[in-house]
Amino acid sequence: MSTTIPAELRYTSSHEWARENLDGTLTIGITEHAQRALGDIVFVDLPVAGRHMAAGEACVVVESVKAASDVYCPVAGVILEGNPGLSAAPELVNSDPYGEGWLFRVQPSAPSDWGGLLTAQSYAELLSTSGD
Amino acid sequence: MNTLSAVSRPELEPTIFDLSASGRRATAQAPALANCTVPANLRRRVRPRLPEVSELQALRHYTRLSRLNFSIDTNFYPLGSCTMKYNPRGCNQYAMLPEFLGHHPYAHASLSQGFLESLFELQEMLCDVTGMKAVSLTPMAGAQGEFAGVAMIRAFHRQRGDFHRDEIIVTQAAHGTNPATASMCGFKVVEVPCDATGDCDIEALKRVAGPRTAGIMLTNPSTLGVFERHIAEIRSIVHGVGGLLYYDGANLNAILGIVRPGDMGFDVIHMNLHKTFATPHGGGGPGSGAVGVAERLAPFLPIPVVAKSAEGYRFLDERDCPLSIGRLSGFMGNAGVLLRAYIYIRMIGREGLRRVGEFATLNANYLMARLQQAGFQVAFPARRATHEFIVTLKAESRDLGVTATDVAKRLLDFGYHAPTTYFPLLVPECLLIEPTETESRETLDGFAVTLEAILNEAREDVSRLKEAPYTLPVRRLDDVRAAKQLELVWRPDP
Amino acid sequence: MPFIPHTVEDVRSMLSIIGVSSIDDLFDEVPKALRASFLDNIPPALSEMEIGRIMSDRAARDGHVLNFIGAGAYEHHIPAAVWAIVTRGEIYTAYTPYQAEASQGTLQTIFEYQTMLASLTGMEVANASLYDGASALAEACLMSVRANKKLHQSRILLPKAVHPQYRRCTQGICELQKITFETIDFDPLSGRTSWSAFSSAESAGLTAVVIQQPNFFGIYEDVDALTDWAHQHGALVIAVVNPTSLAVLRPPGDWGAKGADIVIGEGQPLGVPLSGGGPYFGFMTTRMEHVRQMPGRIVGKTVDLEGRPGYALTLQAREQHIRRGKATSNICTNQGLLMSAATIYLSIVGAEGLERVANASMAKTQMLMDRLSAVPGIHFPLDGARFHEVVMSVPVPPERLLEQLANRGIAGGYDLTHDYPELGYCLLVCATETKTDLDINRYVAAVTDVLNSLQAAGA
Repeated sequence: MSTTIPAELRYTSSHEWARENLDGTLTIGITEHAQRALGDIVFVDLPVAGRHMAAGEACVVVESVKAASDVYCPVAGVILEGNPGLSAAPELVNSDPYGEGWLFRVQPSAPSDWGGLLTAQSYAELLSTSGD
Repeated sequence: MNTLSAVSRPELEPTIFDLSASGRRATAQAPALANCTVPANLRRRVRPRLPEVSELQALRHYTRLSRLNFSIDTNFYPLGSCTMKYNPRGCNQYAMLPEFLGHHPYAHASLSQGFLESLFELQEMLCDVTGMKAVSLTPMAGAQGEFAGVAMIRAFHRQRGDFHRDEIIVTQAAHGTNPATASMCGFKVVEVPCDATGDCDIEALKRVAGPRTAGIMLTNPSTLGVFERHIAEIRSIVHGVGGLLYYDGANLNAILGIVRPGDMGFDVIHMNLHKTFATPHGGGGPGSGAVGVAERLAPFLPIPVVAKSAEGYRFLDERDCPLSIGRLSGFMGNAGVLLRAYIYIRMIGREGLRRVGEFATLNANYLMARLQQAGFQVAFPARRATHEFIVTLKAESRDLGVTATDVAKRLLDFGYHAPTTYFPLLVPECLLIEPTETESRETLDGFAVTLEAILNEAREDVSRLKEAPYTLPVRRLDDVRAAKQLELVWRPDP
Repeated sequence: MPFIPHTVEDVRSMLSIIGVSSIDDLFDEVPKALRASFLDNIPPALSEMEIGRIMSDRAARDGHVLNFIGAGAYEHHIPAAVWAIVTRGEIYTAYTPYQAEASQGTLQTIFEYQTMLASLTGMEVANASLYDGASALAEACLMSVRANKKLHQSRILLPKAVHPQYRRCTQGICELQKITFETIDFDPLSGRTSWSAFSSAESAGLTAVVIQQPNFFGIYEDVDALTDWAHQHGALVIAVVNPTSLAVLRPPGDWGAKGADIVIGEGQPLGVPLSGGGPYFGFMTTRMEHVRQMPGRIVGKTVDLEGRPGYALTLQAREQHIRRGKATSNICTNQGLLMSAATIYLSIVGAEGLERVANASMAKTQMLMDRLSAVPGIHFPLDGARFHEVVMSVPVPPERLLEQLANRGIAGGYDLTHDYPELGYCLLVCATETKTDLDINRYVAAVTDVLNSLQAAGA
């Protein structure tokens, strides 16, 4: 099944995406591929602002009816906010994963970390070789 | 429109609150009026919302509700990993003798010698059945037995001054309670995979076992429905690095009287008396997760345990067992469940225990053979079934678009409870089927014929399965709505 | 063969379809060296009649005891209909309601139970039961750590007036997760948790405080002040309550300005017999804001694909079968049958019936105290207002008194000397609505008699 992978974003092998904002902060979400695999999302457990995260540390839990998956912070940094819109409408993660369905914003400790993540092309290759 | 959806279904029952009328009550069931002496500042101001119904209304309501359930007494329940065998009625009757029911847990030991004698004998018999040296009956369910077992492993290492063991190994196919328990006891969980034949991957185990290993949690037969053939090797690897072996007794029914966990080298085990020893499941409990240990772990057993002396039987407590991991309940576990298990073992006796393992295995292998003949694919065709086996619908899912859920729901229409689905997680679209020894050949035949008919139905028109069940009080329920629009208590219509 | 239906012909034909010649062949993957020998310590099988006789004889030996012990397990009248219904096979032998369409009876019963318990405790939501009151307190403490997640350390205030076995059980379970507990003393005159000890506890970084109402001694705590103090210091309030008392006492949802956060208790008084200690059930209720931190099963109302109402387990992503190592608890099997009994009990007695049970029990305990006051050497050292239980000081070691009372078929009380040596020779005694005038007189006469003989022997 074809999936959207916006070129301007960076990705992780655990299916998070990261957008670099003008102020140097990053917005994080999960990819269209990931939301489809999870099914109907019923709840998102958002991180507390101010928390210090290591790269790859679990900071969000996304729940569907029969599964709960951790979402990992792609870079080291401090959590700025969780997406307030998701408490009332967790289904935004399904319907608009790259837009209204973003999960949280983070202030990276090292501005260069974003560039070290997977490009859209690398992520697309990863999906095609993993076979799922 | 599918004609099946026009089938008549049992009426829904209104809630007990819908039946209430202000001022109605069951007068015979309450004592005479007495003055309320609660100080005014602590007194309740608004009455709780409890039903206001007659005794007959309550009785009829809950009787009607009970008829919306499947149960062992009414349906075949081939629910893998749950051992839904017949719960003999005699066990219930004699565990509910009024003297036992009226017995306060803190009553003087001289008032409970008959009760304590039964528990003591149960401890002794469970030691013999499992090959362990000592047993505590206090854990109230399998998960609490697991907690006790892992807590004892922790206490054992610490008692020896060994504070560095912070990892528990579990297999990939383990019950979810295993890793949940290890975390609850403060351990890091390390998973090892299974090989293609369903056994533990020994090379992977060797890689993870080491000085940080506190122990390994294993089910044997495993959750994949096969006997773990490398058990002797697993024992020497784990014991070799100083770890202990924990036996998850969920599948003990398969090997009752055939192999004893103690003889396999396990140091600590829990049993599910509500599976193996035929105590009822009660719609979700009470269970009992008695634990057994090898000699070196005996000082750590949870209390109370029953001891026998010249003066008779009594509970041992903190003063007698200073190294105990302590208490898991306020009183004495699920005492009434223990009496039922005791009566069951006395009724089947030593020959009967062995027959349980034998006939549970006979029934599972027979049903597996019948289903293979009918064209179903089993997950481990080269292996013997134990007391249960796995059918995988991977091919049907790919070719017909039918899922394990679809088949499970369609089975309900024919009066069979569904097998366990989507567990173990390793096998795609799986049905874990456990017939138990108490089912007749005719029942197994009927089930096999029905499953075959359902497969044929799927080949003709898969949509008939997708919308099943048709004949139950409700059709498929909207789980997403249940989780998103949380409605967890009754509210009057606005 | 007990409970195995196979005929010889069944076995023969089943083996032939499997393609083996004997049942033993089915175990050919089990290493020979591991095969079990004879189970020597298991006696041969008995018929139902034979074991029935053994159990009846043992029960008769234990006898019908006149019970004046409470201490967390209370003897109340149980309407006959309660156990007539719950021992129906459709309830007694059903599995956990994972297949919702085949379990609407169990699921709707749980939904009704959740409604009743939430209302009784003044909270918004209940789970479908935990094992018992003591382990429910452990679960509540673990839950408070998850719910108060801003804190890095976990410290909980646990008053000494909380049931001693609840404290032991909770500390044993929670210490493995690095939660520390601080004991708060009680006032020796009133029996209430000491306000000065409580309010001078280190309040920084406090996760939760536990408040039992009425406390283990049967005394009412000043729940409003304790609750408000905890909330002012950012701690959650875990209430431990007797469900019968809530018919007449202000529910934890109304404590202080904001109410308690998590409520737990022993459900046994609601239609469950004493049964030597179990099976009972623990209940837990909370506010919606904490529902995802609550352990155990929860039922929600939803609709089926035709839009008809129905019930299903929900919020399952918290549980061990999905979350595995990250679950809120490892609890799986709970105490469903007892939860069903409690639901039917509450339906039959209703709010007014429960009020009458509570008031009658208080009256009976008062009557017991009044009559015992006349016995030389007996007094009641704690003067706080109380529910249906009382601490009684006796002039001899309680163990000796209890032993003599047991010889007369009386369960005379709970010996407090082990848990509370500072109280001296004290017992905790309880009279519920089940005790008649004659029962109370028999108890008072027996105590008088035993004390006389013990003191005569000692003199």
